[in-house]
Amino acid sequence: MKALSLLLALFVGFLLIGVLDDLPAWGDAKSPANSYVSAYYLKNSMEQTHVPNVVTAVLADYRGFDTMFETGVVFVAVIGIMAILRRDPKEEDSETGDRPPHAPPEGFILGVATRFIVPFMQMFALYVIAHGHHSPGGGFQGGVILGASLILMAMTGELESALDRMREKWFIVLVAGGFLLYAGVGLGCMFFGGNFLDYSALAPLLGGDPKAAAIMARYHGMLWVEIGVAFTVMSSMFAIFAYLSSDGRMDRGL
Amino acid sequence: MAWVEVHYNYLLVIILLMTGLWAMIGKNNLIKKCIGMCIFQNAIIMFYISMGAKKGATIPILKHVPGAHGHGPESYISDPTIYANPLTQILMLTAIVVGVATLGMALTLVQKIYREYGTCEEDEILNCMSEEQDHELPLQDELKA
Amino acid sequence: MDQLPILIIVFPLFTAFALTLLGWFRPAVCQPLTVVGLLGSSLSAIATLAQVVNSGPISYHLGGWAPPFGIEYRVDALNAMVLMMVSSVALLVAVYARKPVQKELGGKISNFYTLFILLVTGLLGITITGDAFNLYVLLEIAALTSYALIALGRGRAYMATFNYVILGTVGACFYLLGVGFLLIKTGTLNMVDIGSIVPSLSGSRAILVAFAFLMMGCWLKMALFPFHGWLPNAYTNAPTAVSCLVAPLMTKVSVYVMLRIMFTMYSVDWVFSVITWKPLVMALAVIAILMGSCFALAQRNIKRMLTYLIVAEIGYMVGGAWLGNASGYIGASYHILADGLMTVCLFMVVGSIVYKRGRAHIEDFKGAFSTMPWTMGAFILGALSMIGVPPTCGFFSKWYLLSGAYQSGDYAFGVALLLSSLINAVLFIRIVETAFFSATSDEEPDPHSHQETCYADSPPSMLLPLWASALALLAMGLYSSEIVTRWIQPVIPGGLL
Repeated sequence: MKALSLLLALFVGFLLIGVLDDLPAWGDAKSPANSYVSAYYLKNSMEQTHVPNVVTAVLADYRGFDTMFETGVVFVAVIGIMAILRRDPKEEDSETGDRPPHAPPEGFILGVATRFIVPFMQMFALYVIAHGHHSPGGGFQGGVILGASLILMAMTGELESALDRMREKWFIVLVAGGFLLYAGVGLGCMFFGGNFLDYSALAPLLGGDPKAAAIMARYHGMLWVEIGVAFTVMSSMFAIFAYLSSDGRMDRGL
Repeated sequence: MAWVEVHYNYLLVIILLMTGLWAMIGKNNLIKKCIGMCIFQNAIIMFYISMGAKKGATIPILKHVPGAHGHGPESYISDPTIYANPLTQILMLTAIVVGVATLGMALTLVQKIYREYGTCEEDEILNCMSEEQDHELPLQDELKA
Repeated sequence: MDQLPILIIVFPLFTAFALTLLGWFRPAVCQPLTVVGLLGSSLSAIATLAQVVNSGPISYHLGGWAPPFGIEYRVDALNAMVLMMVSSVALLVAVYARKPVQKELGGKISNFYTLFILLVTGLLGITITGDAFNLYVLLEIAALTSYALIALGRGRAYMATFNYVILGTVGACFYLLGVGFLLIKTGTLNMVDIGSIVPSLSGSRAILVAFAFLMMGCWLKMALFPFHGWLPNAYTNAPTAVSCLVAPLMTKVSVYVMLRIMFTMYSVDWVFSVITWKPLVMALAVIAILMGSCFALAQRNIKRMLTYLIVAEIGYMVGGAWLGNASGYIGASYHILADGLMTVCLFMVVGSIVYKRGRAHIEDFKGAFSTMPWTMGAFILGALSMIGVPPTCGFFSKWYLLSGAYQSGDYAFGVALLLSSLINAVLFIRIVETAFFSATSDEEPDPHSHQETCYADSPPSMLLPLWASALALLAMGLYSSEIVTRWIQPVIPGGLL
């Protein structure tokens, strides 16, 4: 098996090396990948969406549908892991393997340090989400930092203390709720007469000059979907950690 | 070897791809297979990102024209050649998330397999499974009994 | 109704939210909600098919951005046909799944239905999209949900799923690598746009390697020989309702993706004149057909036998697509529909046997004709279609494939088709014989024991979808010429004779 896989890997490798001549040089600003669609985004995103961070503009607006399904992937992962792993904590452990012994409770230093750090982490995460239009950031990035703050609480303290603050029912609702917010914004655009996820259709909600309102509707629509993404990603990061570390029982972690 | 000089980023990516692929299929331990999967997916991510690099370019957040402080399109520089390619980065944000989700699923399965068979080595698991199959009773007999 | 294409996706997506939020608290409402969501999706798909057949391809711009700067949903007759099949088959399985899921997966009903409907959303999304990267994201949604669903089978299913995860990830990553090479050379992700740029890059090695990776990714996902290793274990060990859903749909959608790559992203000219892979691929298809059929012969577990028959059927479709003539293409696309229906019919029969008897080995079929006449009646129809007996649809797809093979001189493929029909006949006659003749006369049903339920036919919630699929097989066969002229011929790629 090892020999076969080595042969396969070498075959794939040589197939790829053979094609290197044909690829543009590294760093070439005029290569096809850098000049057609992405050049359009760089030239026009400010005019069409008023968002200087082109990555956010493309992620949440031009290719927003992809991002919605990316949120969906995260959602599916949580539901899938829940389906496979979750079980009643009182259930007899009839399968092999012992659970690791209960870890001693948090020490003084770790506890105090966590209590200092977590609020700042969460503030920073909210800043990253909200300021994603003008600086590097956005829903995924902020959501991951929020999730990391919860995981930090679970790791330095005990899983139960983190679960007290973020119960299982809440994080399932948040995972679905974030995705629902994203898709709901898209559906809302349909109700206002545009295509799915066409934020400019929400312009009547803002009032004023229709053309300017259409552009600002895109700006604000992007913020709403990023918030939805942040909720989903935060809950899912913590959910995956909680399920995996407690082996599905959600009573105690590592 | 001039082509190596301009393409060495792709060469490194290819080496990682080969390593990941070999680990995923050739290794016996399930956790090592998962690690191989991570290496493989990350190599593809690096491939895409290096595709979008431009010499001397900065991050794709539009810079203000020096001296302008307004918020309209005219106060930002929108020359594509000074910004790195945003499209490939966005595609890879998606790929990273997909990779995390798949890794989570794979680790869940490894945990369940470990609980079921007591080992993480593929050959021992396959041995257990084929022994199980030899001892399988037809259900009809159990119902009749 | 210009919003029809997105409604096909919106219905199941919002049902998934409702299932997560409500289903946890009230599991009883899960199955009806799923059926309602899939009903909405099927009706939209049928309406879209009608619209496309009457007025030509539809292009729906998501986010209001025109392609290639935004994502596009592009529906032509091939798409629309596959959409209709996927949503209708999923609807049938959702109705069918009520009793088996209650029995096998009692505590996880809401999770099951959420994953079920998200899998269908993923498959519908793969079929309808016109953007290469969007296809990857939806491919991963479909893959992740199927991993979770198959792993619900517990026990042996965990290792089978893990294998499937590893190989499925390799397949999806190969697809992604292919799209990456295309992006490097063309600069765009829209399928039609790529198709318009590729002819000017005919001699490029990067385009060739991109095609290689795209094809390998699709072949891994559709379990073409030699990439079929994951399929039998994964589909056999999955719960009943899950195999009824994934077996007809997942591999067929991958065949559709291969057709799109071959004929929309690349062109007939490129696939058959610029590269010379046809002999290799035809050889793989022939080996897949023969190997699938022979391994099926060796199985005592009928569910496992059917999974090997899926491997053989994939050989038909890949061979048909790579024959290079119009007959072959018609055969391959008609067979996507036909095989979907046949597979769902047969898997539902096997599921009914498992529901009643606990297992589906050939001995469990003993006396099935007297105890489960309706189920076995549908089985006969499915078996006739697999063998290729008119007027079921299986005959017509074999007819087109055979005439395509004869036209292009690929006699090995034609011989393999005929041999596999013969082997299918042997397989199914064996089962019918066991079911008909080995009546269990010495076991009187005792009215007071639970064995009573083993000797009655399946409940109506399982029989109705089963018979709907069996009758659809007949209807597809009777109307085959209309289907071919109105749905398939308009989209035969230019250049195929």
